[in-house]
Amino acid sequence: MKLSVQALNSYYGPAHILFDVGLEVDSGEVVALLGRNGAGKSTTFRSIVGLVEQREGRIVFEGRDVSAEPTHAIVRSGLGYVPEERRIFTDLTVEENLEVGRQPPRPNAPQWTREKLFTLFPNLGEMKNRPGGRMSGGEQQMLTIARTLMGNPSLVLLDEPSEGLSPKIVEQMVEAIMIMKQEGVSIVVSEQNLHFANLISDRAYIIERGRICFSGTMKELEARPDIRDAHLAV
Amino acid sequence: MAFYIVQFLTGLASAASLFLVASGLSIIFGVTRIVNFAHGAFYMLGAYLAYTLTERLSGALGFWGGIVAAALAVAAFGVLIEMILLRRIYRSPELFQLLATFGLTLMIEDIVVLIWGPDDLLGRRAPGFRGAVDFFGQQIPTYDLFLIVLSPIVLGLLWLLFRRTRWGVLVRAATQDRDMVAALGVNQKWLFTSVFALGVFLAALGGALQIPRDAANHAMDLNIIVDVFVVVVIGGLGSIIGAFVAAVLVSELNAFGILIFPKISIILVFLVMAVVLIVRPWGLFGKPEAPARKTPGLTVRPWRPLSGNERLAMIGVLVVAAALPLISGSYVLTVASEIAIFVIFAASLHFLMSVGGLASFGHAAYFGLGAYGVAFLAKMAGMPMIVCLLIGPLLGLLGAAVFGFFVVQLSGVYFAMLTLAFAQIVWSIAFQWVGVTGGDNGILGVWPAAWAGGAANFYWLSLGIAVLVVAALRIMVFSPFGYALRATRDSALRSEAIGIDGKRIQWTAFVIAGTAAGIGGALFAFLKGSVFPDSVGISLSVDALVMVLLGGVETVSGAIVGAIVYKALNIWLVSYTDFSKLVLGAVIVLIVVAMPKGIVGTIETLQTRRARPAKATILASQAETAE
Repeated sequence: MKLSVQALNSYYGPAHILFDVGLEVDSGEVVALLGRNGAGKSTTFRSIVGLVEQREGRIVFEGRDVSAEPTHAIVRSGLGYVPEERRIFTDLTVEENLEVGRQPPRPNAPQWTREKLFTLFPNLGEMKNRPGGRMSGGEQQMLTIARTLMGNPSLVLLDEPSEGLSPKIVEQMVEAIMIMKQEGVSIVVSEQNLHFANLISDRAYIIERGRICFSGTMKELEARPDIRDAHLAV
Repeated sequence: MAFYIVQFLTGLASAASLFLVASGLSIIFGVTRIVNFAHGAFYMLGAYLAYTLTERLSGALGFWGGIVAAALAVAAFGVLIEMILLRRIYRSPELFQLLATFGLTLMIEDIVVLIWGPDDLLGRRAPGFRGAVDFFGQQIPTYDLFLIVLSPIVLGLLWLLFRRTRWGVLVRAATQDRDMVAALGVNQKWLFTSVFALGVFLAALGGALQIPRDAANHAMDLNIIVDVFVVVVIGGLGSIIGAFVAAVLVSELNAFGILIFPKISIILVFLVMAVVLIVRPWGLFGKPEAPARKTPGLTVRPWRPLSGNERLAMIGVLVVAAALPLISGSYVLTVASEIAIFVIFAASLHFLMSVGGLASFGHAAYFGLGAYGVAFLAKMAGMPMIVCLLIGPLLGLLGAAVFGFFVVQLSGVYFAMLTLAFAQIVWSIAFQWVGVTGGDNGILGVWPAAWAGGAANFYWLSLGIAVLVVAALRIMVFSPFGYALRATRDSALRSEAIGIDGKRIQWTAFVIAGTAAGIGGALFAFLKGSVFPDSVGISLSVDALVMVLLGGVETVSGAIVGAIVYKALNIWLVSYTDFSKLVLGAVIVLIVVAMPKGIVGTIETLQTRRARPAKATILASQAETAE
């Protein structure tokens, strides 16, 4: 087991957001976390990496409970996080953005270098010195993923990577995620777009109003149009 | 011509220290979002420590080594402060951070007096830079030339540090998005600590390098911090280039201003600052700021007017207060009058900062203007007391109207810094325009008329006016104007969307608060029988802030309780210890860290907890699920 989230409850001030969320990810798996806008996908990811202050539950990563650790320590243990809003450092160049993400290599995870990432995302290689603020949405999305990979994570939480991107860029994104998977990175990807999820994922969870309401393989999900229609906007 | 060039070079040399301190402040602000009021104190510590070290160590190596060692030692002290104090308040509202670092400044001031004594200390001349260069008959000290060359070098080194090292890249990233940097595996704690160390090092170096030019004195912290605030407001907080350009600009304005208006050269700087703020409110090289953080908790427990029973209780308290002259002597009554006056002052600031969300660091300006207004009318025009009391506060109104127009263009820390700068300008006018204000000697003999002359009569007068002012402010809180003001405070954008002219509302609130403070000042002039520049000073502004904070920023009545407790404590403290600043500073720091809700806020929290323990959970489960 790569990552196991058990009975995760999160709060923003007095508001209870996540209710007993449980997730499991095996080594090398791509798992989709599906749900509508506001269902709790981003909060789940933010809670796992410790960016939500009020949270309860166990988060076991590579056999170690990391729920009491600060964000930077969780990330440093090999759990990468790519936020939904991209959060590029707009004043920093592409290379400097990558530098912020750089961490030492890890024995149990593939190692990424600038050069390797520039072959994965050729667009980035052509604009090494461009400030992040002067890039298109698709280029920024690639940069956020590349930035997180610079930390040589063994698992990546990818928050809605296809959101707001043109079909052509989405295609590139699918390719990039498949290459990450081949290299041996485990991935949890949150999505509203079932088609995109089908292309890349082995299994899926569906989250609705802060609760996990379905879990199974992509095949099992396909066999249950009722669940799909009830919980996902298609 | 040669004279002007020399004057220009002198200005450039003065810019060196200013740049070092301002860039340190900017760097710290960029990453930690804290405006470190104690930066002036670190500058002062650097100067004093450098004095001691350069006196002890001999030779050129001893001198330069001493300068650097002093800056390093102060930086180490800064690291200690960061770990003990600042780490606890990084998530607090800006006001608390400013106050905590101000409390620190007060403590350091007394500690400096304890260690080095109250006298000015003139340091050694720099070896190798003792002489002067002849420039067409004008003398330029070689040390000035050294400083002129030094600042661009420091600027270049900082540029390299931030562009060419991993640490610099991380700092620039954190300046933009702290959480994201953590989410990439960078330990923010140490990043913050190292940034703070660098900032303090620069400030202390600025102080240490001043030693061969000026004597170290224990007012140098406040003097420099006001200039530094002006510099960063002009240059843009967070920008090092901005700090450099603005430091040169301000120093040159000072150097040439002295030739044009010898007494009030600060006016020139003020004019430039005003122009910059109108054209670019975020400074020449700064970036528009994200909206200031909201004060937490305000939405959880909305304010309400007093209930019937509470009104009765208030009247009861007032009756008891009015009966005070029956049981006490004139000393107690004088103290009680002073407390009543400070209730007015604190309530006026509370109106501005809690109701309006505008935390002013220079509210004493309007208190002092009211006091001077009365003194002018009474002494120069010979007006009767009633007329003085009615017209005097109008000077506070006028000042608030003029300054308020500029300051409400800003928010958050910029607002706080600008109000402080304006208050310092009023102070320097009061201090330097000796012909009109009497300067440091003040205006004496402002005595009340016979009908208000006795201690008891004056107390009743003060109490009566305090009740009227507080009641008027309270009515305004719960009036449509108050709603609009609170709406603007909570969400400027949304209130604008429903047709509220936020700036105008805030400006009005600023004028109301300034006038109310002026009323307090007017009474104060009669109570003391005199007016001094102290009535406009920073410490009075901060007193008011502490009163509001002590009572509870988020409460409606906290300011009154805070004023009474603080003033009583203060009067008692000053009569018992020589190191009142040390104690006071420690009290401020303690309040910010341990009791951020203040007295009334803490009591209210306890009451709510007892009254409805179940309600909170219901609220939580009803709250909408949001991402």
